[in-house]
Amino acid sequence: MENQVATVNVPGPLKARSFIVRLLTKLYLPNIFAGLVKTFEWMVRPSATLEYPEVKRVTRKGYRGEHRLKKDDQGRMKCVACFMCATACPAECIEITAGPSPWPDRDKVPVQFRIDMLKCIYCGMCEEACPCDAIELTETYTQVATTREEKIYDIQRLLSY
Amino acid sequence: MIWELLWLCFTMFMAISIIMGIAPMLIIAERRVSAWIQGRKGPNRVGPQGLMQPLADITKLIFKEEIIPENADKYLFIAGPLLVFCPPALGFAVIPFGNAIGEYKLQVANLPIGILFAWAVLSVGVYGITLGGWASNNKYSLLGSLRASAQLISYELSLGLGILLIVMMTESIDPQQIVWNQVHQGFFGWNIFGGGNPLALPCGIVGFTMFFICALAENNRVPFDLAECEAELVGGYHTEYSSMKFAMFLLGEYVAMITMCGLIVTLFLGGWDIPFIHLEEQPTVFGAILSFGAFMTKMLVLLFSYLWIRWTLPRFRYDQLMGLGWKVFLPISLTNVVVLAIVGILWKGPIG
Repeated sequence: MENQVATVNVPGPLKARSFIVRLLTKLYLPNIFAGLVKTFEWMVRPSATLEYPEVKRVTRKGYRGEHRLKKDDQGRMKCVACFMCATACPAECIEITAGPSPWPDRDKVPVQFRIDMLKCIYCGMCEEACPCDAIELTETYTQVATTREEKIYDIQRLLSY
Repeated sequence: MIWELLWLCFTMFMAISIIMGIAPMLIIAERRVSAWIQGRKGPNRVGPQGLMQPLADITKLIFKEEIIPENADKYLFIAGPLLVFCPPALGFAVIPFGNAIGEYKLQVANLPIGILFAWAVLSVGVYGITLGGWASNNKYSLLGSLRASAQLISYELSLGLGILLIVMMTESIDPQQIVWNQVHQGFFGWNIFGGGNPLALPCGIVGFTMFFICALAENNRVPFDLAECEAELVGGYHTEYSSMKFAMFLLGEYVAMITMCGLIVTLFLGGWDIPFIHLEEQPTVFGAILSFGAFMTKMLVLLFSYLWIRWTLPRFRYDQLMGLGWKVFLPISLTNVVVLAIVGILWKGPIG
């Protein structure tokens, strides 16, 4: 039983067909035609390229672009300078200077809030760590600057979104 | 006399416009087709749909510095691109690109041995590649040009046998005669379908396939572009070339493609014949324009398939290329010729 070799009974026409198939495969031509059909399909398909300055890409929900600091319904910044985001940040790009709060409902507010966009890895950990839902990654992906200093965003820039 | 001279000038003008008009368009077509096949858009900024792109390309190439390497053979180095560019353009002279108007044929030179002439001048192109590569004094260029000449010898045999096939079907090497033979027999009398002999149908189709593949090899196109194989030989025979000389190599390749496609249309695809429309009965201006359109359509379809194949197939390895040429194409072509001879005798009788 174990020594029995598995044999498949090939009917005559199929045998002839397999010979033709083998011959054609050896000639490469059917495969070349299949390839040509495939490339033609790709040619008539609309291309994935966007012509950038005229057509802007629509970002998907949850896209992680540049940061902003949110404001509450009274127009005050939500941040309470708890340093959670700076602690959570794996790239250590957030630098906060805290000061006393002018409002009674919190102890501190940031006097300065700097994010070094060149260090940032856009992981979104700051957004996850924030207890007040004050920092957010927007869908802005065009990040252009001519100097390194411009890429260190301060509190005015972050609040201005 | 004066009218014949004027007509000659007109046909020469036509032929040069065809070549010089299509060659730059092929540059943009190649870039756009490659882009479409790869899911990109390609150059589309210069002019409408990027149609002015060749102008920008050539302007850039003209203004680049022209370098002749110090140890290069200066005269041969300059002769190389010229020999690649001019002879294939000459070959177009014998191709009839439309029906006659009255007695005036739409063909520059009505040579009785036209096919042989076209054949001879198309083969001269490889001398340009070989000389250019050798004169560059660069080992990669030399390897590229050696490959080009070895490839030409291997594939020209099968190509010549393909022409022999047509000569046997038509019993003439006059391009006019070959086209008229196909026109008289109608669509199913085209040489690709056996030239009026139903028994020769497989010969015609196999012959056309062989001829087309060998034409790719003759023009150094992918998958047979071993002469300028970037992966192995930097740029192959044109490694040392810059500026307009490089552009001459590039344009020479396209001109050779145009002439070769014109030749294939003449030999196999009925020349300027439109299927099921009998243009030969009305040698008028209207008929000539229609037939010219038919010729151009067939030629452009063939040129497109050149580009299409280029962006579909990878390059052959060198030993595979040689093996394919000598062990596959040559036996098939030889068998094809013998079979056609037997079939021809069966159909027409031994005297013909």
